Amino acid sequence: MQTSKTIKFSRRSFLQTSSLASGGMLIGFNLFTACKADIKPPEDLSLLNYNDFNAFIKISNEGKVTIFSPNPEIGQGVKTSMPMLIAEELDVAWKDVHVVQGALDAKNYTRQVAGGSQSLRHGWLPLRQTGATARQMLINAAAAQWGILPSECSTKEGIISNANGDTLGYGDVVIAAAALPVPEDAKLKDPKTFSIIGKDISNVDIDEIVTGKSLFGLDYKQEGMQYVSVLRPPAFGQVLVSYDDTATKAIAGVNDVIKFGNKIAVLANNTWTAMKGKKALIAEWNQETKAESTVFHDETLLGLLDSKSFETLRKDGDVKKAFADADQVLERTYETPFLPHNCMEPMNFFANVTTNKIELVGPIQTPAWTSSRVAELLGRPESEITLQMTRMGGGFGRRLYGDFALEAAEVSHLAKSPVKVVFSREDDMTDGIYRPAIKYRIAASIKDGKLTGYHLKEAAINGNMYGLIPNFFPAGAIENYQVDVANYKSNITTGAWRAPYTNVLASAEQSFFDELSELMGVDRIQLHLDLLQKVKGTTDDRIQYSPERLEGVIKMAVDKSGWGKSAEGVYQGFAVYYCHNTHVAEVADIVMDNGIPVVKKVTCVVDCGVVVNPLGAKNQVVGGVIDGIGHSMYGELTFKDGKPESNNYNTYQLIRMGQTPQVDVHFVESDLAPTGLGEPTLPPVGGAVANAIYAATGKRLTKQPYMKNLNIEALKG
Amino acid sequence: MPTFQLKINGESHTIEAEGDTPLLWVLRDQIDLVGTKYGCGIGQCGACTVHVDGEATRSCLQPVSQLAGKAITTIEGLSEYGTHPVQEAWKDVDVPQCGYCQSGQIMTASAFLNENANPSKSEIRDAMHGNICRCASYNSIEKAVEVAASKLS
Ligand code: FES
Ligand code: FES
Repeated sequence: MQTSKTIKFSRRSFLQTSSLASGGMLIGFNLFTACKADIKPPEDLSLLNYNDFNAFIKISNEGKVTIFSPNPEIGQGVKTSMPMLIAEELDVAWKDVHVVQGALDAKNYTRQVAGGSQSLRHGWLPLRQTGATARQMLINAAAAQWGILPSECSTKEGIISNANGDTLGYGDVVIAAAALPVPEDAKLKDPKTFSIIGKDISNVDIDEIVTGKSLFGLDYKQEGMQYVSVLRPPAFGQVLVSYDDTATKAIAGVNDVIKFGNKIAVLANNTWTAMKGKKALIAEWNQETKAESTVFHDETLLGLLDSKSFETLRKDGDVKKAFADADQVLERTYETPFLPHNCMEPMNFFANVTTNKIELVGPIQTPAWTSSRVAELLGRPESEITLQMTRMGGGFGRRLYGDFALEAAEVSHLAKSPVKVVFSREDDMTDGIYRPAIKYRIAASIKDGKLTGYHLKEAAINGNMYGLIPNFFPAGAIENYQVDVANYKSNITTGAWRAPYTNVLASAEQSFFDELSELMGVDRIQLHLDLLQKVKGTTDDRIQYSPERLEGVIKMAVDKSGWGKSAEGVYQGFAVYYCHNTHVAEVADIVMDNGIPVVKKVTCVVDCGVVVNPLGAKNQVVGGVIDGIGHSMYGELTFKDGKPESNNYNTYQLIRMGQTPQVDVHFVESDLAPTGLGEPTLPPVGGAVANAIYAATGKRLTKQPYMKNLNIEALKG
Repeated sequence: MPTFQLKINGESHTIEAEGDTPLLWVLRDQIDLVGTKYGCGIGQCGACTVHVDGEATRSCLQPVSQLAGKAITTIEGLSEYGTHPVQEAWKDVDVPQCGYCQSGQIMTASAFLNENANPSKSEIRDAMHGNICRCASYNSIEKAVEVAASKLS
């Protein structure tokens, strides 16, 4: 990779500076676009405007660094790791860095999706360049003061020194630096000299979290705010016919009941009263479109798999011919249910719509999109909207969809009052935007002991696979290869769910490869390595994964897990996958406890490029693995008469501590740019678990959730 | 509306509320102690855990009318400066991901360690089984409870 390298900015104005009236220097910067030439950062911190700059760095007269960014935390650690990149190149001690989350005036905010697992990948060079450029300005100021060349100065932890032994703190030169032109070339550090990147750094909000400070959307309040509970159609496809709010209005503390669209809002003095008021509403609904059920979805998706109504997303060679010529064909169908996101913090949002201003506050990953939709909904100019993102109690994709923010805005508008819409857990689970139910049919052809064809078909509610996914492994490794998709348009709302679009596919394919290797009589690890061999040096630029990096994680997983050498009574399952730009191999170790498979340990090897913050990265990896085990073993949302059949944790099982394995994490050493971490360890683990259960029981699991579809009674023996 | 006297984190509060209002919402909406979290409202997730007379209690299931004379401790009152050994352990291990469930986890762990300062691994797993972490920070929670136990003993 690049060693120390000089970056030339074709657009020198990605960064602008000013002196703060209160002392110190303020740097405003834009990550992905140039700054407007005529706009300077303000001289007063209360005037920070994130339309002009993505983020700001303040260097005080004491040399303390504050990074102001509107990017909130969703649980992926980016609020810690992104500032680490700036601090590294700025060359300051991490203890002198403070991170503040700013309010966002969202309309020009260029990073449309906040806090996603790709943030670090996109920010890797720009954030380092920002830090390096700021450092260069400080050096230039010091050099001018000493009357020497900048190249004769060096820095260490916020101190600039020269060969004579003179030193100046950053704080000593901020005033002078702020007035200097922005240098066009700033040297990035040689990664070997990193002193912050690659070190374990605690979550920047840790003190607030462990003392219960107000951080999350649900914690936010304003004087005069009313709490709102919303009654929405109990079944998908229903519309409101009439309602009676007499009992609701009789409850002390209920202030108002407002119908909006197909929903009814109960406004009250506190959350509990609002929820009680909602329960007391009597509403009549009419089923306008089909009331669907899980039985119907199963039949429909299986019917689609048998049909010809597919769209082909990738086609290499001729699978038809390969199958016709084959000695043997393996075909399997893998099935998986709807899943709710179940963010621990239920959906909620604050809105205060007044005649000339719209104030929105809450946990949201798509601030710009949400603001523009609110503007459109209320017929107001976007310039009237401010949106402040709060810390998020989990996202997993659910907070991409601002439905809850739109509700808050509409209710505030109608009530002419500041409001906070709060979903109960039941609302959150039954008014979801779910991971759709999906079925895969995978077939492979074998001729003369070789894998000659691979045909993957997907049938999903409202569709699932898209974009580059058909170019993931094993694309490129098998001569005749085809990916086809079909969908059924449902009235049930579906969307992205952690590791979207591959969270089931990886499990299905990795279960399939396990069975395929057995049928072919080859070692499952060797089968993968042989296939990867064929992709090396490929000229097919659609191929997304690196065969070398997949091979790397496989070999390391074999080594670290003691693959094939497990103790008596311990059964292992293997899986490998590439998604979100990250390469992962996993080995699950299970034991059988009176017929029940118990996952004891998972060895997880990750190649995500540079590991910026190993402590945070490890948390992400472990979380993804355990989440993946939980959902593949227990997670399921079924429907009957258009209604979800679970609505809270007494009827929906999330994994709990007693069911969790120890996750043993290993990172491949790398100096490539960092890639996603919040998602890629989740998809393959279902496959590793299914393969381990097969090793233990001889039963191939093709339907999630596994624990429901495993005949435990039969296994007790 | 009826009024109730509550003793929370050593301070006395006079609360006006319907008697069936769960302590959770009184804490959050009326006295601005928002560290206690709402997760399910039915005693299943542990996000709302507080101590009532030292015992880990689901505040979402505690009607305000039944708390007269009891000492209630929330995450805000667990220690003055966030230096309770369990909080320290949570920082040492860097447990939180999104962080939402963590006050409940800390309150469950601290009440448990008060009863059993030297727990086995399986006792820790049993004690923490009632607290859901959707981000699945369970490995870290388990480790932090061990670290806290070693700080306490
Ligand atoms: S909110 Fe009380 S246990 Fe979930
Ligand atoms: S840290 Fe997110 S729910 Fe536990």
